[in-house]
Amino acid sequence: MDMFTEFGAARGGARWSLRAAFRLTGAQRDEAKWGLIFISPWLIGFALFYFAPMIVSFLFSLYDFVLSAPDEARFVGLENWRRMLAEDPNTWEALFVTFKFALISLPIGMVSAFLLAVLLNSKHLLGRNVMRTLFYAPTMVPLIAAILIWSRVLNPQTGWLNQMIEVTGIQAVGMDGLRWLDDPNLIYIAYTFIGLWGIGNAILINLASLQGVPTELYEAASIDGAGWLRQLWSVTIPMVTPVIFYNLVLSVVGLLQYFIVPYVLNGGNGYPEGSTNFYMIYFYKQAFPFQNMGYGATLAWFMFIIGLGITIFLFATGRYWVYYAGESK
Amino acid sequence: MAALQSNTWNEYEIGRRRRNLLLTAAVTLFALAILAIYLMPMAYGVITSLKSKAQTSDPGAPVWPAEAIKFSYEGESYDLLQVPTESGIRHWALVKKGRRASQFIDPANVAAGLIDWEGNWRQLQPVREFAVQWDNYPRAWNTIDFARLLGNTLMYAFITMFGTVAASSCAAYGFARFNFPFKNLLFMIMIGTIVLPPAVTLVPTYAFFVNILGWGGTWLPLIVPAMFGNAYNIFLLRQYFLTIPREMEEAAQIDGAGRIRTFVSVILPQAVPALTAVSLFHFFFAWNDFFGPLIYLAGNRDANPITVGLTEFNGLYSSETQLILAAAVISMIPPLAIFFLAQRVFIQGIVVTGVDK
Repeated sequence: MDMFTEFGAARGGARWSLRAAFRLTGAQRDEAKWGLIFISPWLIGFALFYFAPMIVSFLFSLYDFVLSAPDEARFVGLENWRRMLAEDPNTWEALFVTFKFALISLPIGMVSAFLLAVLLNSKHLLGRNVMRTLFYAPTMVPLIAAILIWSRVLNPQTGWLNQMIEVTGIQAVGMDGLRWLDDPNLIYIAYTFIGLWGIGNAILINLASLQGVPTELYEAASIDGAGWLRQLWSVTIPMVTPVIFYNLVLSVVGLLQYFIVPYVLNGGNGYPEGSTNFYMIYFYKQAFPFQNMGYGATLAWFMFIIGLGITIFLFATGRYWVYYAGESK
Repeated sequence: MAALQSNTWNEYEIGRRRRNLLLTAAVTLFALAILAIYLMPMAYGVITSLKSKAQTSDPGAPVWPAEAIKFSYEGESYDLLQVPTESGIRHWALVKKGRRASQFIDPANVAAGLIDWEGNWRQLQPVREFAVQWDNYPRAWNTIDFARLLGNTLMYAFITMFGTVAASSCAAYGFARFNFPFKNLLFMIMIGTIVLPPAVTLVPTYAFFVNILGWGGTWLPLIVPAMFGNAYNIFLLRQYFLTIPREMEEAAQIDGAGRIRTFVSVILPQAVPALTAVSLFHFFFAWNDFFGPLIYLAGNRDANPITVGLTEFNGLYSSETQLILAAAVISMIPPLAIFFLAQRVFIQGIVVTGVDK
């Protein structure tokens, strides 16, 4: 089962009784002891590097604390939170930029991954295995290398993308052409292109899911007179909704932390016209170059709350559109 | 009657085959076209990394790596240009430049001496020949000090790979085989950490490592946490361990093997494909890791991994496109090579975490 289905199964099987823990027989106690010993590396790591820092991070958000002067830290209550939500225009701008980009890039990325998987699953495709490997290859290109290559491919004069578009008759090359990385209207599309080089995992998972759709369903649909498009819509898509859900959750979480592309391309200075001031960039600047530990922690906690909110929303609404074949409803 | 029937059957069959053939051709050609566009930047990166610096910034230059041809005349070297004349385009060397008119020499007929030509020489294209600048690769390697970046990256990748695989497989075995109080709750928390933004734990962790332990500028803040495993790997290994039949462990225990002995000598040898997949995932993660090294190694350039080194190089030498692309191509060779060699295990591992089967 996939990760999120297992998560649901664990929730279903969870017994929250502390008393039961003390009512174990000798053999059960031995088993529990060994189980805890085996998971102890993760448990200790979780306590040290997740649980404790999360709590401390919240405490930091109540302080005015600059790392270079730890002795001058002072308790300010919810002042950082008030400043972040009510006073600091950068917070909302950064959130706006992040969501705007997510709304453009997420659908394009997910639809591309699904359609490529359909193509790679077609029984009419020759050399399917070689094709699958080649379509996955860009995902293996290290992100930094991909960004450096794409930044030159997108060059308005010498880049191949504009030269290829020019061949089709649209004026693209040159200073009045398509300036992908300098135009605030095109920049998100340009970043989406770079992102398309990272959809290999999504393609693979979609593909595995498509291969799991029982052929009887297609045969039945075909007898009922459903054409290719109708089958795709009414059979394939419902059957792969668990995978779409899985990719959706991971993509949303990833996009909330979008950082590397704008950082590598222009050091995170927001160029052009502030259109690349992503939330994570703003957090990074506050916490590390400026060393504002208190305010940085506040921004991080706010990001956590937003991410948690979206995840809960997705899981809650998922019940209405995600179809699990094993379930009887 | 029978003959007629078989005849229409044949026609039906031939029609079906023809339609299938057409469909196969159409689908395959379509896929190839998409693939060509999708991989175009890769070809661009490789080809441009083999060009001269002058060519990378010249929009009129050909797509392939090429160099302007020179012609030596009376001890001096001159550019060979494509000169339009009454008898078609001639390849002449430009000897004396002038705004309105210039003087050329015809390499094929040096004895004829200097030829006067009216027009602006700046509008003439040079004569080019195919010339690959292999030299860009050693130059990029040395300028960026790639050996050091590679050493740092490999050190980090291998140390943390062993640590995280060891810790993750222990924890995965615990979750797969044992019952203990709050197991389901702990398992849910573990999966929950996958969707937790790392930023929320980062600030205190950073303050602790850098201010209290004084580990700023070293790799320790990145190595130590990796030694405790990672949720994604634990999940993948647990799924694999669940498929191993319990009988073998029971047999080992009857033979007197303890829990740890059973785990090491019965379970791990059977989980080699999953362990390989997890090791590869971690290797690629480490090869790409950027944010952690960026903040923790700030101020110690000698410790930089490839990712941060490449980014700095791009900032400092932004006009040397050919060198930057050569460095980028070098950095993508190891992951691509490993992927092509080990793709079966690798793909299996990705599929396990995301597909309900």
